[in-house]
Amino acid sequence: MITKRIIPCLDVRNGTVVKGTNFKDLNEISSPVELAEYYSSHGADELVFYDITASSDGRKLFTDILTETASKVFIPLTVGGGINTLDDFDRVLKCGADKVSVNSGAIRNPSLIKQAAQKYGDQCVVLSVDIKRVDGQFRVFAKGGREDTGLDALQWIKQGVENGAGEIVVNSIDTDGVKQGFDIEMLKAVCEIVNVPVIASGGAGCKEDFVDLFNEVPEITAGLAASIFHYGEVTIDDLKKTLTENNITVRV
Amino acid sequence: MVAIIDYGVGNLFSLQCSLKKIGADAIVTKDPEIIKSADRIILPGVGAFGDASKKLYDSGLVELITQQANSGKPFLGICLGMQLLFEKGFEYGEHKGLGFLKGSVIPLEERIDPSLQIPHMGWNALDFKGESPLFKYINDGDFVYFVHSYYATDCEDSVIATSEYSIPVTAAVGKGNIFGCQFHPEKSGDVGMNILKAFCELGD
Repeated sequence: MITKRIIPCLDVRNGTVVKGTNFKDLNEISSPVELAEYYSSHGADELVFYDITASSDGRKLFTDILTETASKVFIPLTVGGGINTLDDFDRVLKCGADKVSVNSGAIRNPSLIKQAAQKYGDQCVVLSVDIKRVDGQFRVFAKGGREDTGLDALQWIKQGVENGAGEIVVNSIDTDGVKQGFDIEMLKAVCEIVNVPVIASGGAGCKEDFVDLFNEVPEITAGLAASIFHYGEVTIDDLKKTLTENNITVRV
Repeated sequence: MVAIIDYGVGNLFSLQCSLKKIGADAIVTKDPEIIKSADRIILPGVGAFGDASKKLYDSGLVELITQQANSGKPFLGICLGMQLLFEKGFEYGEHKGLGFLKGSVIPLEERIDPSLQIPHMGWNALDFKGESPLFKYINDGDFVYFVHSYYATDCEDSVIATSEYSIPVTAAVGKGNIFGCQFHPEKSGDVGMNILKAFCELGD
């Protein structure tokens, strides 16, 4: 059977990997290419690169880094950040990305998902959603979690899948960076309404959080995290050992 | 030299990089002379069967490719490139494949447990169905990376590995000099690299 995937996420700005708490106070930590190679040879099932650069110089640097990473790392690579048009899809796919993740770009232009799915296939289009509870509702946030769009997250995800998104990344702003576990309630709500792979993001603080995730929401296909891996608090090999001991199937 | 057939489908960057990494001399080409002079041939492919089949026939290379495959040269189809090795495919209508192997390509949807997700995407274990020189450097149970919604069936005489997805899904085929992988060896880490390495040593 298909294994549960463990995915380290690399936020890249100006050529280095950063990770902040609740999207603020970013700390720069390492070279993305080196980190990608390290993860690839230490059990990561896939890598996600988010380009959080704003300038065009930064974008050029990002695509250079992406190309270098893709030429050295032979596991699936998903790229997000700054994806607003089909040209952006084209740009990162040519650098060696396998899947492209859209977030704010799809909010500004909802037809982007459909166009990209028709051109590159559903499996290539990942819809990433930053979600926060507002007045008892799961609300979609844009611009790296800074702006409340007013959109209902479950409706937005459902529509995204209908338009051809082949995979959903659910990033809970409420649990992100807090390290108290994934947002089980939010993830269950999303898994109930879609039948494409759902990736959980935001909140992993220890190995047991992944065990709880896969046990409590069996439909979840992957767990994504950044800081616990980057700072070496949890190694992927070790995490996979714990998951195997808990009868959760992973690639070893 | 390995010729990677360029007929206008998909991104060949990773495949090229992975062949480079194992030290193979690979060229992406549609030049008949280069294809003729190659020691081995790889047929890649992503997308839909009908579209790819049409592009391949439109490229004018089918006769040459068939002749090369019949000459005994090691030949590897990857993903949709593997599916094209069969007689026909049923993805949005019935389409003609190359017919190097017996069998046809049908939607997973028709056979698997309906609660399972399509595409069959992610890492799955190989279940060897026979011996193959392609598996020289890997082991039964090793994991490889899949992304597909259609699969080869009625191909008992060529299947060399399956992967379990409520049914045994054809994962790799091999008959004589013709081989195919439904999964992506160029995205399957060391295991995939070792499969490409074994392929590149065939016929040496």
